Amino acid sequence: MSASTMPAQTTADIAHAYRQERAKRAKRSAVLKHIFLILTSLVMIYPLIWMFAASLKPDNQIFGDLGLWPSEFQWENYSEGWNALPVSFTTFFWNSTVVTVLSVLGNVISCSFAAYAFARLEFSGKTIWFALMMMTLMIPYHVVLIPQYILFLNLGWVDSYLPLIVPKFLAGDAFFIFLMIQFFRQLPRELDEAAMIDGCSPFKIYWAIIMPLSLPAMATAAIFSFIWTWEDFLGPLVYLNDMKDYTVPLALRSFISTDGVSQYGPMFAMSILSILPILLFFIIFQRLIIRGIAMSGLK
Amino acid sequence: MQKFFRRNFAGYAFLSPWLVGFFLLAIGPILASLYLSFTKYNVVRPPQWLGLDHYVHMFQYDQRFWKALQVTFQFVVISVPLKLIFALGVAMALDKGIRAIGWYRALFYLPSILGGSIAVAILWRQLFNYDGVINLILRLFGAEGPYWLADPKYSLWTLIVLAIWQFGSPMLIFLAGLRAIPQELYEAAEIDAAGPVKKFFAITVPLLAPVIFFNLVLQMIEAFKSFSGAFIISGGSGAPLDSLLFFTVYLYNEAFSFLRMGYASALAWVLLLIIALFTAIAFWTSKYWVHYENERG
Repeated sequence: MSASTMPAQTTADIAHAYRQERAKRAKRSAVLKHIFLILTSLVMIYPLIWMFAASLKPDNQIFGDLGLWPSEFQWENYSEGWNALPVSFTTFFWNSTVVTVLSVLGNVISCSFAAYAFARLEFSGKTIWFALMMMTLMIPYHVVLIPQYILFLNLGWVDSYLPLIVPKFLAGDAFFIFLMIQFFRQLPRELDEAAMIDGCSPFKIYWAIIMPLSLPAMATAAIFSFIWTWEDFLGPLVYLNDMKDYTVPLALRSFISTDGVSQYGPMFAMSILSILPILLFFIIFQRLIIRGIAMSGLK
Repeated sequence: MQKFFRRNFAGYAFLSPWLVGFFLLAIGPILASLYLSFTKYNVVRPPQWLGLDHYVHMFQYDQRFWKALQVTFQFVVISVPLKLIFALGVAMALDKGIRAIGWYRALFYLPSILGGSIAVAILWRQLFNYDGVINLILRLFGAEGPYWLADPKYSLWTLIVLAIWQFGSPMLIFLAGLRAIPQELYEAAEIDAAGPVKKFFAITVPLLAPVIFFNLVLQMIEAFKSFSGAFIISGGSGAPLDSLLFFTVYLYNEAFSFLRMGYASALAWVLLLIIALFTAIAFWTSKYWVHYENERG
């Protein structure tokens, strides 16, 4: 008898209780998650903060000290580090800037050319070239390094920046081509068609339509290109032998190979300065960087 | 003929920088290094044909080659799964509109951006020093840490930890993948009283399989290629006792310290084949455990 009246009430009750229970559980798990995440963030970020602290510590406090607060602030570490090697860091930063700016420029121009061809133009053999382009994503730099070195040696380019810069103007980084293709494909085709009817050449379409609409993709490629070139170690290691040509990462390596035992503070000071441009870029362009990875699966 | 030319001109014009680069800096060098691998070549004198000698020597007599393979495999097999598990765990904690997600995401990604830099490699040497931060923390818990950098039993762990520390990009890719899983599935499972473990293995893992696969392939290739960390931490040589002799480090030293370009080219080809083989295995096995949404109809 009651079976016909009770159920309506109980289902509502059950649903209510279920929702409440669920909300309670969600809240509890959110707290647990935050604790886990905060602890993880601290572990992640601690080494970097420790490095910054070490860059201000006197040398005898760098070993055997977990603390993040220098007993006395040794700002001299920075000026000492700047001039610790036979060549000053002014030169190294200038060299890195030259190589990086030209590389970014080369990457953006040449990769957007290739991406435009793949995404928007029709030509015979396109599918084969596309497949080959994707295959180059897998090739380790070490495999092409030796023949490239021999080629550049014969051209007389070793000990100059040309081996580091010229390949960037030849769309060597297929990651960026792929990233840009993904972006170009989202732009409506009607734009190109309308422009074509108006008599625009393919180059005009690339320059006046595709590029202005693709600024986020170009910026993403430029940012990654900047970071990777700035950090690049193997290229400069192979091609640059004269200290006055060194880029910043090579100069940092000289700190440990010359074994200046009493130079830990200055070494960390220069390490901090070397990652500063990257940190600034990351802080400013964080959104673009993170979206770029989700979009293309970049490293 | 003219029509053919006109139809293709624009495409090839835009492709031309890439085409030049492809032939001169990619496919050309790959073939050239195959040729060089059959020769003795020290840059100064022209290459001398040796046939298969390098490969025979490598597989039969070269202890360091086997050591380099062993170190590299060990690094890949340990670091990649740990990195992915960590990335997935954090991505799951970040999923579903947790507060301040932007902050966490940025903080967790930061090491990946800096991880390839020499500054971080130098920092790592310091952290794992005998009196470094890691051992100090262990001492807080009453444990005595080993000589991480000098003891060949432990040295590889410094680089494994460095690799895991950079879990940021697989995490971001997992996060995008988790977002795509329909929430109703979890709600339905809860009504069926499925616990978190059950939900994870019955819903999350199968639906995320394509993303896991993608991350696995990408990180594996990355791990095989990694160089600067091992180079800096081992002081350029793979020391102590070749325990950090990554394949890439060995190759670099053969080519540029000893100018054995022919032998180094043979090493390069072995590396290329290993990476190709592992990628192929991953793709081949993927059909047994990766199911794509649209295939199921």
